[in-house]
Amino acid sequence: MNLTNYLVLASLLFTIGALTVLVRRNAIIVFMGVELMLNAANLVFVTFARIHGDLTGQVVAFFVMVVAAAEVVVGLAIIVAIYRTRRSASVDDVNLLRS
Amino acid sequence: MTALAGSVAQAAAEAVPADGVFGLAWLLVALPLVGAAVLLLVGRRGDRWGHWLGVAAPGSSVLVALVLWIAMLGQPAGERVKDLGLGTWIRAGSFSVDAGLRIDPLSMTFVLLVTFVGTLIHVYSVAYMADDADRRRFFGYLNLFVAAMLLLVLADSYVLLFVGWEGVGLASYLLIGFWNHELPNAVAAKKAFVVNRIGDIGLIVAIMAMFTVFGTTNIGLVGGLADSAGEGWLTAIGLMLLLAACGKSAQFPLQGWLGDAMAGPTPVSALIHAATMVTAGVYLVVRSSPIYVGAPTAMLVVAIVGAITLLFGAIVGCAKDDIKKVLAASTISQIGYMMLAAGLGPIGYAFAIFHLITHGFFKAGLFLGAGSVMHGMGDQADMRRFGALARYMKITWVTMALGWLAIIGVPPFSGFWSKDRIVESAYAVQGGQGWQPWVFGTVALVGVGITAFYMSRLFFMTFHGSRRWDDGSGMVPGGPATGPVRHPHESSALMTWPMIVLAAGSAVLGGALAVGGAFTTWLQPMTGAIEHHDPVLPVPVIMVTTFGLIIAGAFLAWRQYAAAPVAVVAPRGSLLTRAARRDLYQDDVAEVALMRPGQYLTRSLVYGDRQVVDGTVSGVARAVAGTGELVRRLQNGYVRSYALTMALGVVVLAAVVLAVRI
Amino acid sequence: MNGILAAAGVLTDLAETGRTSTGEEVLFWFLAPVMVLAALGLVFARRAVYAAMSIVVVMVSLAVLYVAQEAPFLGIVQVIVYTGAVMMLFLFVLMLVGVDSADSFTDALAGQRWIAALLGIGLGAVLIAVVLTARGMQPVGLAADNAETNPVGVARIIFGDYVFTLEVVGILLVTAAVGAIVLTHRQRLVRRVGQKERADARVAGGGSLTPLPAPGVYARSNAMNVAALGADGRPLEQSVSRVLRVRGQERSVAEVHAQIGDVPATTPAITGEEQVQ
Repeated sequence: MNLTNYLVLASLLFTIGALTVLVRRNAIIVFMGVELMLNAANLVFVTFARIHGDLTGQVVAFFVMVVAAAEVVVGLAIIVAIYRTRRSASVDDVNLLRS
Repeated sequence: MTALAGSVAQAAAEAVPADGVFGLAWLLVALPLVGAAVLLLVGRRGDRWGHWLGVAAPGSSVLVALVLWIAMLGQPAGERVKDLGLGTWIRAGSFSVDAGLRIDPLSMTFVLLVTFVGTLIHVYSVAYMADDADRRRFFGYLNLFVAAMLLLVLADSYVLLFVGWEGVGLASYLLIGFWNHELPNAVAAKKAFVVNRIGDIGLIVAIMAMFTVFGTTNIGLVGGLADSAGEGWLTAIGLMLLLAACGKSAQFPLQGWLGDAMAGPTPVSALIHAATMVTAGVYLVVRSSPIYVGAPTAMLVVAIVGAITLLFGAIVGCAKDDIKKVLAASTISQIGYMMLAAGLGPIGYAFAIFHLITHGFFKAGLFLGAGSVMHGMGDQADMRRFGALARYMKITWVTMALGWLAIIGVPPFSGFWSKDRIVESAYAVQGGQGWQPWVFGTVALVGVGITAFYMSRLFFMTFHGSRRWDDGSGMVPGGPATGPVRHPHESSALMTWPMIVLAAGSAVLGGALAVGGAFTTWLQPMTGAIEHHDPVLPVPVIMVTTFGLIIAGAFLAWRQYAAAPVAVVAPRGSLLTRAARRDLYQDDVAEVALMRPGQYLTRSLVYGDRQVVDGTVSGVARAVAGTGELVRRLQNGYVRSYALTMALGVVVLAAVVLAVRI
Repeated sequence: MNGILAAAGVLTDLAETGRTSTGEEVLFWFLAPVMVLAALGLVFARRAVYAAMSIVVVMVSLAVLYVAQEAPFLGIVQVIVYTGAVMMLFLFVLMLVGVDSADSFTDALAGQRWIAALLGIGLGAVLIAVVLTARGMQPVGLAADNAETNPVGVARIIFGDYVFTLEVVGILLVTAAVGAIVLTHRQRLVRRVGQKERADARVAGGGSLTPLPAPGVYARSNAMNVAALGADGRPLEQSVSRVLRVRGQERSVAEVHAQIGDVPATTPAITGEEQVQ
């Protein structure tokens, strides 16, 4: 089987992650969609590391993981803070920037 | 025609630089101007002595004028045209105008008239305006007028003449609306100014045309170059000058303002609207004689305008009950005579000016007399409430009688000498060929008759007939009195002496100037040699007919207004009477033909400006704002819709990359 | 590690054939649908916890795939960091924020769902097309780089070429931790009420200072909708469940006095119930 299958799978996962971001209203689930997208990107990196015979792809995937972790920490802290003041975790409720 | 033009050109080219005493000519303008400045700037402090300064200014101008006149009489006839340069004025590329004064017999005549009659009226005003708190300001404006009028007649270029022209227009506006706290006076002043403005456009266009054709606006040079321009240009210039003259001299169709101008104080009516300003138009036409000589069509139009105005003024004068308005209509008619004379060609110029001089005296005298009557009757002017005043105001009666006899043309008073010559010249125009002599002559003759009628009507209604005012007894002859009690009395010396002098002038001046053709000879440098043609009717026939018409007119008036009782309330009258009372519908015509369309035009322009111009601008603004409103709906604050737009962008980008690579 | 993979028949001559081994293929074709289904479960799950579970499935499968792709180090790290730490973090926050907050079906934004679906399909199609039309992809394999085990190879690159990045990422992690603490720090707006203040408030507010008697001490009936009587014989409102009281299903003492016998006279004004004689 071609290694491009992995790439196709990654694209599918990425799309589904994007769909989650667009469709769901619960902030945490939206966040999870973002994580899914990052994971799909990781898969692509790893596959290409294998294709090109260069471990740099895996290194990049590693760093992506670390950054994703940091991002999750801060993002969830924000969600908690918002939830404390507004008693709601829906992304639709933060619409005060509308004109 | 060419010979005439040649002689006129020769005369005009002989301008001699002013030397000796003629170098003082600028004082003529400067003295009243300084007087006006002082009187207007000194404020209330000058109220006690202002009027005497106001009299002294034109008085000193009279002295200067007399000196200059005597000096000019001592000069040979060919050297009487003096040019006094006052320095360069406008220098703009190829256009340059030098300010200067042209002192020649024509301007000298006007200077003498303006200063002499003007000083007399100034003296009269001291007493007439004694009760007015603004007397000093009045004299300031009067002096301003005298200065501007003198500048007008002494100017050596049309541009400088225009300065004086505008100056007298301004002074007229200020003086008509002198009592501007009452709205009708202010409206009358505005009307006078606006109608004058229409005439001014004519003068401006004429000056522009002159500059285009001749390259100069100097009166002497234009006269010299007049025969080098094409007839079309000369006709155009002549018609534009005529328009200006019509505005200033209240000729048809711009005559509507003079009747309303009687809202000003009587000295103003006497000086400006009888003797001097309204004659500026005639001055302009006569001054531009080289142009008119080269444009026979324009000259014909001048004569026609004069003829129409002559009749117009006469008809209107027959029906008015306000003494000043009758005199105003009479002024319009008499200036119509002058215009008719000026339009007859060189043979008429001298008589036009002659009539102007005599008219200045007797019309001013009549106006001052009317002012005296009004003062004695409590400042009201309705002749239907006068009557039998001869006994109470003897001096006024005598002076007005002399003026009356002069204006209707009874020999040997001055009016006879000038008006009769005009009628004769009218019958002699064009060498006695064609329709012109008959039409113009008959019109002039008819005018004589109507003039006799309405002036006699004025005289008899005021001074004779039965007393129609309450003298305290509550009764008038024929029934109970209506209206307030009046105590007519003679006016003070300051008012009566000017009237006496003017009446004396009305009586003898005409004869004095006509002896030996002195006046026509005096004006010869301007008019050139006059070819005498025989009138189509023999002169004795004309003279007898005029005299008969005068007697008939006076008799009719005596029968209707002195022998028969005069109604205190004006009766309805015939159609012509009613039309004449409404100034032959001149205001209505002007309103319908000019004012309303003008207002509609301005209203539609304003509408257009607001809707189209402003609409476009604010429409653009509104479109931008509307687009902003539409685009603003994208910003609904929801994170997910922003994410949607981002996803859309990503899809488009990826598709593009794909398309490029395939 | 390589030995295990070799035994599994995963390592083949990728460089020579350009195709993976059959074992890997089977693994892939088993895991891929699972992952896609789990991902779809993330989109469509009603409850947040179900979504979290779905994504955990995806992540663990991804870890297995990493191992199959000659990246064992990354696979383990994926399980430990991503699934173990990050997803647990998610679950903790879910617990804090509201486990029972369920999404409704109707979307506030008109047409969001349909446009999103369209875009999703479009995005997927475009990306897959890009991937499939890529050229020059001759797989080389990582046999050479993994000669000294995969972690060693990865370590050589991290601490060799990208040591600066590593340091920066470390700072990033510290900053994130500090940031989280700062963001969730709650400022006290009112003074903390201590025990003394609480006790004083209770005395000042009136009411019962002592704890109420335990259930059943003064109960006169088994029924839970009958009020128990207090020490002074008055029925105690609190002894009946609040729900029953709100619903009006509480029975007064008078209704059951036949079963419970005489009840001492009460002051009607206090209880509001009719006197029982």
